[in-house]
Amino acid sequence: MSIRSEVITQLNQVAQEQDKRLAPLVDDLALLDSGLDSMCLAILVARLEDSLGIDPFSSADDTGFPVTLGDFVRFYEHAAS
Amino acid sequence: MPQANALSLWQVLSGDLSQRFLSSDNATVALSDLDGGSCLGGRVEELRGRSVLIVASDQLAAALALIELDGIARRIVLWPADLGKEHLPFVIASAKADVVVSDGSANIAECAGLPHVPCSLTMAPATNQELAQNGVWRETVPDSSRGARRTFCASKATPQASTEWILLTSGTTGRPKMVVHTLSSLAGAIPADLKLRDARVWSTFYDIRRYGGLQIFLRAMFTGGSLVLSSAHESTAEFLERAGAHGVSHISGTPSHWRKALMSQGADRIAPRYVRLSGEIADQSILDNLRSCYPNAQVSHAFASTEAGLAFDVGDGLAGFPASVIGQPGSAVEMKVVNGTLRIRSSRVAADYLGDRAGTLKDADGFVDTGDMLELRDERYYFVGRRDGVINVGGQKVHPEEIEGVINRHPHVRMSLVRSRKNALMGALVVADVVLEKDLNAEDEQLKGFKNEIFDMCRGALPRHKVPAAIQFVNQLAVAASGKMVRQHA
Repeated sequence: MSIRSEVITQLNQVAQEQDKRLAPLVDDLALLDSGLDSMCLAILVARLEDSLGIDPFSSADDTGFPVTLGDFVRFYEHAAS
Repeated sequence: MPQANALSLWQVLSGDLSQRFLSSDNATVALSDLDGGSCLGGRVEELRGRSVLIVASDQLAAALALIELDGIARRIVLWPADLGKEHLPFVIASAKADVVVSDGSANIAECAGLPHVPCSLTMAPATNQELAQNGVWRETVPDSSRGARRTFCASKATPQASTEWILLTSGTTGRPKMVVHTLSSLAGAIPADLKLRDARVWSTFYDIRRYGGLQIFLRAMFTGGSLVLSSAHESTAEFLERAGAHGVSHISGTPSHWRKALMSQGADRIAPRYVRLSGEIADQSILDNLRSCYPNAQVSHAFASTEAGLAFDVGDGLAGFPASVIGQPGSAVEMKVVNGTLRIRSSRVAADYLGDRAGTLKDADGFVDTGDMLELRDERYYFVGRRDGVINVGGQKVHPEEIEGVINRHPHVRMSLVRSRKNALMGALVVADVVLEKDLNAEDEQLKGFKNEIFDMCRGALPRHKVPAAIQFVNQLAVAASGKMVRQHA
């Protein structure tokens, strides 16, 4: 399973559990406008750590945190490579 | 209550001792063997007035030494078998211990070169020679009540002072805390009407060198009963099998002990009349499960701590306790809630801590702050967790025990542990490790269903920051030698 598809799967799962309506998931969607609040994003990061075995947030260097969904996917892809 | 004022534990052992016993996985000793017998090789007089550290791998050896030494030694330090030996120098120095009683499980080098007196499970006679040397020989008297001649060991016949009992509790900083009690403060919670009503065989999952276990040891001694001791070398099922073979009628442990028991193959080996829980929060699920497993038993949960002593028992089968228990001035145990935590004052409270930088055990008014947080709902108080166990999720406080209580309501869940998981966005999230009941052999699909049901239960009962971000099923959860689940400290 690609990192992108895992991110999208978990993102939908968290949104469903937390009863959040998601904006259309395109790469330049700002995470904070996605419909997920910070609690949801925190859960998403924890779930992805379980499924992918990485938490790029805990080891983020000064490249900064991702802003858009595209950034977010690349953030994980970069950490996994 | 008269028993609590008895000078020594030996003097408490009145009446017919021939049917009474103490039993471990190594040996069974009839209490009548202590008449004229000694586990200390008759050397008890050497220990008079001393500060004695008891180090034994077998709880039975420690129990026998306690009976002989209470009222003789100035101070007895009860070393729990599981405590790391690296703490021995600190404990010896803090207690000013000057002699070690050991069944061989501690060597001289570990004990700062202190003199050793061996402690054995085989009774040696308290010889005439020894008695004569000490000049306190007492006549051997005919004892019609047991059809035998009762030979008092000189030392047992002549207690001197109230002995300090030092209990060790694991501090969060690593060093054990040393809590000072006396037989009187320890036995103050034993109801006088328990005495000699009928033959009872007590048992406990606890080590008797910890407060919860010591309460059961003393109940057995004060009330004419016998005691089956647990062993670190046995599985839960083996212990229950042995306890059952001895006809155990009254048995105690922590909720974690009991969850393990219900998961073991041995739960049906005992048929107790009295089941007691203490040391952790007893939630409704464990109370209900015990009641259904032991329909003929009274299931009771107690609140006690090493420092505060035993505060109260709850026998109505419900979690929590009636609000009316708190705030009754003049009752034997006074309780109040300050800043959400339970404070206790009674004659059962420990005297103090021993050792440097040990902290204060009670406030100026004599109240002990238990650190256990309470919540009042519908005229009933519920323990929500430990003040020092709070997890901070994005600035909001979470007590893991509250979430565990919800998860444990699931019919297939046996026990659960909620812990903090570091999270870059919220600081921390809560996640849950869950043990399902044994023999479930659930398929993957079924497990997924259980997980969703548990998530739903949590979402229905808890605000969202308390709902676990992840749930994983595990085969077992670590339970410390104290009988409590091992928790990380937030």
